[in-house]
Amino acid sequence: MKISTIGYSSGQGIKNIKRNKLFSLASVGTIAACIFLMGLFYSIIINVRHMITAAEESVCITVFFDEGIAEDKIKEIGNKISKRIEVSRLEFTSAEEAWENYKVDYFGENIELAEGFKDDNPLANCAYYEVYLNDLSMQSALKTNIEAMEGVRSVRASDITANTLSDFAKIVGYISLAIIIILLAVGIFLISNTVMIGITVRKEEIRIMKLIGATDFFVRFPFIVEGIIIGVVGAIIPIVVLMVIYNKVMSYLVTQFTSFTSRISFVSSNDIFAFMIPMALIIGAGIGFIGSMITIRKHLKV
Amino acid sequence: MYVYKIYMLWNMIELENVSKSYSTGAPAIKGISLKIENGEFVFIVGNSGSGKSTLIKLLMKELEPTSGKIYVNGRFLNNMRRRKIADHRRDIGVVFQDFRLLRDRNVYENIAFAQRVVETPIRVIRRRVPAMLALVGLSEKYRSYPKELSGGEQQRVALARALVNNPSILLADEPTGNLDPKNSWEIMKLLEEINKRGTTVVVVTHNREIVDAMNKRVITMHKGVVLSDEKKGGYLYED
Repeated sequence: MKISTIGYSSGQGIKNIKRNKLFSLASVGTIAACIFLMGLFYSIIINVRHMITAAEESVCITVFFDEGIAEDKIKEIGNKISKRIEVSRLEFTSAEEAWENYKVDYFGENIELAEGFKDDNPLANCAYYEVYLNDLSMQSALKTNIEAMEGVRSVRASDITANTLSDFAKIVGYISLAIIIILLAVGIFLISNTVMIGITVRKEEIRIMKLIGATDFFVRFPFIVEGIIIGVVGAIIPIVVLMVIYNKVMSYLVTQFTSFTSRISFVSSNDIFAFMIPMALIIGAGIGFIGSMITIRKHLKV
Repeated sequence: MYVYKIYMLWNMIELENVSKSYSTGAPAIKGISLKIENGEFVFIVGNSGSGKSTLIKLLMKELEPTSGKIYVNGRFLNNMRRRKIADHRRDIGVVFQDFRLLRDRNVYENIAFAQRVVETPIRVIRRRVPAMLALVGLSEKYRSYPKELSGGEQQRVALARALVNNPSILLADEPTGNLDPKNSWEIMKLLEEINKRGTTVVVVTHNREIVDAMNKRVITMHKGVVLSDEKKGGYLYED
């Protein structure tokens, strides 16, 4: 195909959009609705996952040591634990630090009451490690492993919290995947139907083109250009709408629910849309392309 | 092989024992054999259901014959590959009873479209389309849309579109079917003029008056068979 023909056919694709305004609007609307729903679910799911991840990161295993254990031995245990792949980080709290923290938490403003314990730390044998995991589902196995280490007196971990968060993360993952697949399938179905109506209206035009001697590619090309343009426009509209809504909702939540938002964080607009914009454009263009290709195929047999 | 090709080019259209039955089983054409030479002007006449339009569709490769062989302009249509069909159709100009113009394009664009399809350079299109408009007498109406034209004018646009690529054959399926007598005669005169320039013209028609007056070769069909084939004939069959 000559470059001038590609230019002409692309121009025809654009003209087709203008000539069939109603159909073009219906197609843009359908794609926009699908991508809006996908984007909305994606934003919600990403934030839920973000919250779960934050919650998972705050859950840790606490490791206490045998009485009178040497500092070298504690370091050796720490080294062993931190080398394990499921461990993301390790924090050590000495007996003195544990007592200082306890004093602040327990005595509060009456900290002078703790002066009686000045030379006799009640938590003398309470140095500990806080072990944070990459993957909470590994907590139980890690706990068993640490318990077996020499010099370890006890290991505390909340299995219920770990399991609940781990299961919840999995469920959210499955639900989000299912919703996105369903919306994608619905999108392709709706687009195929809308494109089919548009092409059926222009069946005679396609027939004339074919009888004059147009190749399949010549007939198909303007429809593909049309489909891709409609798809991309259908993607841009919900992206802009979602960006406005997302920023408004975030600022509303932060200003109106301060106590709630101080404890949890949301994914930033930049992080969400850095992924969503290219994906929406690809999905929009892809749906338009596939919809046009599938639908026009059967009308080419003239 | 070359001798055969030259022979086939002399015979612009050749059908050997061609039959066509539709999926319902009803035969539309039954064992037709005929030859149309290069540069001939031929009328195909017959009543409704005689197989005239099926014959045009077979020549356009819109339909596949159930049996028999079809050659058009040196091409054997039976085993023609799908991507070669476009090349075949570019050698044939076609005019329909209902004009089949692109309604959302003006006269100039409708004619230029046939040249766009065959990837003609734009400078040639700019020269050729006005020449065709002059031939059919519509130079003044190049910016009009089909709905703004009379039936006769629309058929002339269709004729210009069919001729713009210099086809070897012009197939006209009931070209005067929707026209008044005056416009019908104008179209027929144009077809005769086109034939004098060397294009083989095949006209399917019901119009007894025109067929009788023009004194051309007439192939009469009835119920899917050729009833008569006269070199200088008239409209034989009574509707």
